[in-house]
Amino acid sequence: MTQTQPKPVEGTGAFDPRIVAFVCNWCTYAGADLAGTSRLQYAPNVRIIKLPCTGRIDPLFILKAFEGGADAVLVSGCHPGDCHYTSGNYHARRRWTLFRGLLELTGIGPERLHFSWVSAAEGQKFADLINDVTEKVRQAGPFEPANPARRRPWK
Amino acid sequence: MARVGVFICHCGENIGRTVDCPAVAQAAAQMPGVVTGVDYKYMCSDPGQQMIKQAIKDKKLTGVVVAACSPRMHEPTFRRAAAEAGLNPFLLEMANLREHCSWVHEDRPQATRKAIDLVRVMVEKVKRNGELHPISVPVEPTALVIGGGIAGIQAALDIANGGKKVILVEKSPSLGGHMARLSETFPTLDCSQCILTPRMVEVAAHPNVTLMTYSEVTKVDGFIGSFEVTIRQKARYVDPATCTGCGACYQKCPVKKIPSEFDAALGPRTAIYTPFPQAVPNKPVIDAEHCLMLTKGKCGVCAKVCPTGAIKYDDTDTEVKVKVGAIVVATGFELWDHSAYGEYGGGRLKDVIDGFQFERLASASGPTVGEIRRPSDGQVPQTVVFIQCCGSRDASKGVPYCSKICCMYTAKHTILYRHKVHDGRAVVFYMDVRAGGKGYDEFVRRAIETDGAEYIRGRVSRIYRRTDGKLIVKGADTLAGVPVTIEADLVVLADAIVPRAGADTVAQMLGIAYDTNRFYSEAHPKLRPVETATAGIFLAGACQAPKDIPDSVAQASAAAAKVLGLFSQPELEREPIVARVNEASCVHCRACIETCPYRAIEDFDIKDRQGNLIRTVARVNEGLCQGCGTCVAVCRSNSIDLDGFTDEQVLAEIATLE
Repeated sequence: MTQTQPKPVEGTGAFDPRIVAFVCNWCTYAGADLAGTSRLQYAPNVRIIKLPCTGRIDPLFILKAFEGGADAVLVSGCHPGDCHYTSGNYHARRRWTLFRGLLELTGIGPERLHFSWVSAAEGQKFADLINDVTEKVRQAGPFEPANPARRRPWK
Repeated sequence: MARVGVFICHCGENIGRTVDCPAVAQAAAQMPGVVTGVDYKYMCSDPGQQMIKQAIKDKKLTGVVVAACSPRMHEPTFRRAAAEAGLNPFLLEMANLREHCSWVHEDRPQATRKAIDLVRVMVEKVKRNGELHPISVPVEPTALVIGGGIAGIQAALDIANGGKKVILVEKSPSLGGHMARLSETFPTLDCSQCILTPRMVEVAAHPNVTLMTYSEVTKVDGFIGSFEVTIRQKARYVDPATCTGCGACYQKCPVKKIPSEFDAALGPRTAIYTPFPQAVPNKPVIDAEHCLMLTKGKCGVCAKVCPTGAIKYDDTDTEVKVKVGAIVVATGFELWDHSAYGEYGGGRLKDVIDGFQFERLASASGPTVGEIRRPSDGQVPQTVVFIQCCGSRDASKGVPYCSKICCMYTAKHTILYRHKVHDGRAVVFYMDVRAGGKGYDEFVRRAIETDGAEYIRGRVSRIYRRTDGKLIVKGADTLAGVPVTIEADLVVLADAIVPRAGADTVAQMLGIAYDTNRFYSEAHPKLRPVETATAGIFLAGACQAPKDIPDSVAQASAAAAKVLGLFSQPELEREPIVARVNEASCVHCRACIETCPYRAIEDFDIKDRQGNLIRTVARVNEGLCQGCGTCVAVCRSNSIDLDGFTDEQVLAEIATLE
């Protein structure tokens, strides 16, 4: 967390969001590979971090990504029922359901955390997903990490 | 101090076209801990690999990042090269510059920037990689095959012929599965029994095969190389060792009107029975539910007539435990129950039958001795309507997929019917004819052009029985755009192929994945079609997806080849990506134990020298752990970490992305 660089503003000078994607090795990573093999173009704003399973994702990873300056985080794994490890994605889903509320409490809006299922056969879905998330985050604007408790006026 | 080498591959033009590889190499060389950053046209080629090996030796590298294609493609290649140069292969990581960058972006500066980021992530990760060593697991060279249909028989035979022991478990009293019930097979019209029964005899007589019919697998523990399987042998009430299979018992059995499962309820069987005359083993069993002696305590005719005294009314279920190194699952399919279609009579019309019932009518060993006679009154039907896609491709009925074999068997049915009833009319309602396969389309053309089947494209909206016994089939011809009404004597529904009832329970017992339709999931749809995601468990036949006989046999042989490959070594090595518990900080909350999908985490008692319990902690069984890391994320005291994907590594990766 020591290197702090200004947010890269690329292309036309419009806001270029930085998105961290936590993906599982078996479905979404392979789906992203398929998007590549099929030469599907998508926004270059996403940086993929590969994990064996979405079940491995500690909510801390997501907070750390935001702390590090990500404008959005994407979590994607195998479809329900298709988990390579049988049930890791169910744990991820349960954790995600609980964590979303907590995230809002920390002042990070729900538009900044995205969850999806992309299988190894869904290259197109992966490309569409990245474009879609990038567009949504672009509209949401850059993430300004601040303590929401201080910003919110007392009533 | 880390000494990382970064190697950027151009992949010919694949990466070099959109990513400025020399610039990436230069940027990489500036990263902390990196001692060398070079780019080369083809890293995976021999000179490229030599370059890596040389650098490992000359620059005393402690870690290597190869920025090239997807690790799914060449990670094993580069890891092998690193190992050859004396570096632990798990100290090498790949940055995916091709599939995840150059192929999906066009803008060169942007792609180059992303490529540098991807390299930086991996540099930070590899600096924190530890040496890992493959885990050796002993292999018990005996295979278990679950299911005695054609797929199971083929897999068992191939493994047995490869010189390894096989335990073949079949639920019903005989081998043969659905194929034994078929009359003839498409597209050659050769007799199903004639090609199957010799195989059944061969597998039963094979010295390497232990055949367990009338048995079910009830419990599976362990992991690849050493599964512990519990098999329940149902009480047969007939001693197979003394029974000669003479058949005196079932000829004299007074309970004669039980619908035969083998004949799809079109014919009767007795309470002591063999499913069909060619059964293997050809030894009867007693159906305890219907036997008068077992239900009411009086009768005993079979015991009286048995010349060898083989009848044992006091027989009980027995359980056997076996140890096997690999499991082939070949549990097969069943037909969807068409009674969900109220418009087709809801299963109440006697002369609306399914495909298996037609097979039994057409079979020489069937209840009508091969004459097509309708169930209600035994008349020879003059008009038979075949309805394809009954249930299949109907998401509202829960079967969104194509059952694959129905187009072909319906064409076969029309041909068989026309061969037996020359002046009869065979009408087929279809949605599409899908006849992909060697000689398949020709076969359908033959049904239409030579054997005179009438194909109507469209759906049937209603079937009802007129007072004179005729079945009125109302449908639409969507090509002509007109409604059609046909007065039929018999209607055959091509019911969808669905997994066996209880397929999900079996999957949960085995720890293998299944899809939304309850078909078992293969490890990779293209490159690993017979493996499951659970190491050591393989799939064969229609339990994975609807399949015809050639596909089932091919997959069974493929599964057998995988099993034989596994058994070729006394020990097997697997990736050491496993979780590890820090026993000093584990508070034994058992969250990981409850979470682990492989039951790989166990309670472990830490004892002093006198054997007094100090405390209990969680411990990971390396052999069972598959390395998903779900336990790591649930651990409340942060006491579990996953080798290869430690918290430290992941957090370092995240930190680079600022």
